Amino acid sequence: MLGAYFVFFGIALFNLPWGVAVIGAILVSSFCGILVDRVAYKPLRSAPRISALISAIGVSFFIQNLAIVIFGGIPRPVARPAWLVNVIRVGDIRILPLAIVVPIVTLLLVLGLLWIVYRTKPGLAMRAISKDIETTRLMGVSVNKIIAFTFGLGSALAAASGIMWALRYPQIQPFMGLVPGLKAFIAAVLGGIGSIQGAVIGGMLLGLIEIMAVAFFPHLSGYRDAFAFVLLIVILLLKPTGLMGEKLEDKI
Amino acid sequence: MTTPAAILRTENLTMRFGGLTAVSNFTIDVPQGKIVGLIGPNGAGKTTVFNMVTGFYRPTEGRIFFDGQDITGLQPHMVCRSGISRTFQNIRLFSNETVLENVMIGCHVRRRSKWWMAPLGLPSFRAEEESIRRKSMDLLKSVGLERFAEEPSASLSYGAQRRLEIARALATDPKFLLLDEPAAGMNPQESQELMAFIRNIQKRFDLTILLIEHDMKVVMGVCEYIWVLDYGVKIAEGNPDAIQSDQKVIVAYLGEEYVKYAES
Amino acid sequence: MNARVRNLILNGLLIAALGAFLFWAQNNLDGYKIQVLNLIAVNAILALSLNLIYGFTGMFSLGHAGFMAIGAYVCALLILPAAQKQAMWILEPLIWPLSVINAPFFVAVFSGGLIAAFFALLIAIPVLRLGGDYLGIATLGFSEIIRVVLTNLSFITNGALGIKGIPAFANIWWNYAWLVLTVFFIVRLVNSNFGNVLKAIRDDEIAAKNMGINTFFYRVLSFTIGAFFAGIGGALLGSLITTIDPMMFRFVLTFNILMIAVAGGLGSITGSILGSVVITILLEWLRFVENPMVIGSFQIPGVPGMRMVIFSLALILIILFRREGIMGMREITWNTLFSLGRRSPERNDKGGETK
Repeated sequence: MLGAYFVFFGIALFNLPWGVAVIGAILVSSFCGILVDRVAYKPLRSAPRISALISAIGVSFFIQNLAIVIFGGIPRPVARPAWLVNVIRVGDIRILPLAIVVPIVTLLLVLGLLWIVYRTKPGLAMRAISKDIETTRLMGVSVNKIIAFTFGLGSALAAASGIMWALRYPQIQPFMGLVPGLKAFIAAVLGGIGSIQGAVIGGMLLGLIEIMAVAFFPHLSGYRDAFAFVLLIVILLLKPTGLMGEKLEDKI
Repeated sequence: MTTPAAILRTENLTMRFGGLTAVSNFTIDVPQGKIVGLIGPNGAGKTTVFNMVTGFYRPTEGRIFFDGQDITGLQPHMVCRSGISRTFQNIRLFSNETVLENVMIGCHVRRRSKWWMAPLGLPSFRAEEESIRRKSMDLLKSVGLERFAEEPSASLSYGAQRRLEIARALATDPKFLLLDEPAAGMNPQESQELMAFIRNIQKRFDLTILLIEHDMKVVMGVCEYIWVLDYGVKIAEGNPDAIQSDQKVIVAYLGEEYVKYAES
Repeated sequence: MNARVRNLILNGLLIAALGAFLFWAQNNLDGYKIQVLNLIAVNAILALSLNLIYGFTGMFSLGHAGFMAIGAYVCALLILPAAQKQAMWILEPLIWPLSVINAPFFVAVFSGGLIAAFFALLIAIPVLRLGGDYLGIATLGFSEIIRVVLTNLSFITNGALGIKGIPAFANIWWNYAWLVLTVFFIVRLVNSNFGNVLKAIRDDEIAAKNMGINTFFYRVLSFTIGAFFAGIGGALLGSLITTIDPMMFRFVLTFNILMIAVAGGLGSITGSILGSVVITILLEWLRFVENPMVIGSFQIPGVPGMRMVIFSLALILIILFRREGIMGMREITWNTLFSLGRRSPERNDKGGETK
């Protein structure tokens, strides 16, 4: 949501060209993510996990309500660059450039993320932290910096997806990210917490199932939002570790 | 192992985690009323055996018989109900409860009242609550912790916490008690007291006790029969004297290199 | 006289005092303040029900809004007069027998709780195998599913239009009576060894299992009882504000109740009650930032939405700086009050939990 709004204001207030506004918005969102981590999550590193979860819920509401105060609650239309929305005609086929660009950008971002996580030092540190944070600290890794980096990265990706969402559904309002955010979590669980490939597959699967379910059962279209949750519960019951997730054992 | 009758019997107990075999073909007979020990180097699979017996793990192969009943794969709370209780390698007390409450929770498994009798405040319910309280205080007295009854359990010293864990296990009225490294972190004085304590509770509560322990003084001093586990396989069994002089056991603990060095 | 009889008498006096206060309030306070009093009672019931599930049994359930919705709709359907129902159900006519059924207020509220508990039971059995964060998101999912279903079953719920003109039977007497009942039930349960069992499950489920506790049974039990009282709270809320619609029962509602439970202290009954008082009053008081203020000769324009900003900020601050809320896990009981007055050498100064 913030990503989309920052682009909007980048263009409206600062008259930035669209591309620059996008990059600027992603950077600012990334910075916000790092700030949030520093203020609201870092002090809770040693607290029970639920505390961090409650803090995150609080932050989420805080940001969204702050956006209502600052940006106003009325949905705003966003300007989209012409080259993305002008339909291209190839013979009898009409192609919306956006429909091609979004998957390509997604693919590039995912590949970039995979590269960072699996082929760089910070990525290695990230994975180590997720396995055992204490030992990683003892190995001399600055855990706080890596976590900050992770949030910055995650927020940047979230901003990018928010911007793409706004391109597809060109109306922005402060609570636009709530339902997609929830579905993102569901997609991550579906694919398996801890697996990036899983998350991507989960996301695509979820989107596909939603659209197909409404297509095949049009009288159930009112229940559309519920599908994601039903899917979530089914997955949690059948395979809680998700499609590609790692299994965690209790040690006593 | 012949007399008396075996209270616990395992047959070819095997535990595999994916590609790793933690315990392999473990077959033992634990005679009733004895204090016995399970020893072996770290990672040998001893706690895994405990976890299988208490129902926390479902054995990949093999069966467990307790008091004649097949308890293989029973849920942990059902295993406790049939009379097996345990303590843990890393103490697992209910940290937000008081010392007394910890023990009272152990009494729950034997109670007869239902939950809905609590809001109704039936006299039979209140009587049972009172007797649970009394029984728990008695147990605390028997481990010497009664003056800490209202203290938060997390405030006790390490040794006291171990004793509390044992008291809690005793509250479930077990016939068979599994102690996982009860002497861990104790100095020689405390270990001596522990040995006396174990003999005491065995007599007083008519228990069979199986311990996992690394402290050899305690093991040799209190166990009447010992099984030795190494890499999940039982490599020796016998009374303390036999175990102490068993070549295989020495090799397992000290390694072949050392034995060769010691012999040379 | 022994402690038990003394406590019984004191509790009786306390309830009598409450009755006297409510009588005074009814005759002396304006409508707005009475509404706030009503909200405090209902919020306290809701916070207590969430506290039972989360604070005492350790299950992070975010499904409260769903159970409240069920309670509210059941109660509304049972107390609306048939003629009104026929007029209001525009999208699809209300099905029989719901179109003609009617029940006294107590039965209606109780049924709201019962049916909410029923659905909780259905949900619990598959979902309570999960733990921690997964349980949170799964219960949130169910809450949303319930809401979406309610929005679509127009022939039962009048869909997105909601129900208006619910008879306002929920006055301070009913609300506080239900509060007293709720507190009574939960206190009796939590103070018994069954309560200790729930707390054991919260503290260390593995140890609890090994000590013979059927943790699954007790988690389902706690969840269902919590849902029952959430349904009661929802039913009362519906009658209190006289209109309900599915949009009312989004996650924000669960968030508010969670906030009250956290602020009061997870694992403390007195905490939930105090938390309800503090947060309900805070929420109402914060309305002032949304209305224009006149200070001297300056007029500061109201900032809409600021109320929730401050509210969310408050939650973050509480979690960061005083996670245990007002009471932590402690309770204010007659025993603790008396021991404060007494100067006994063995008194436990830590203010630890007492019965």
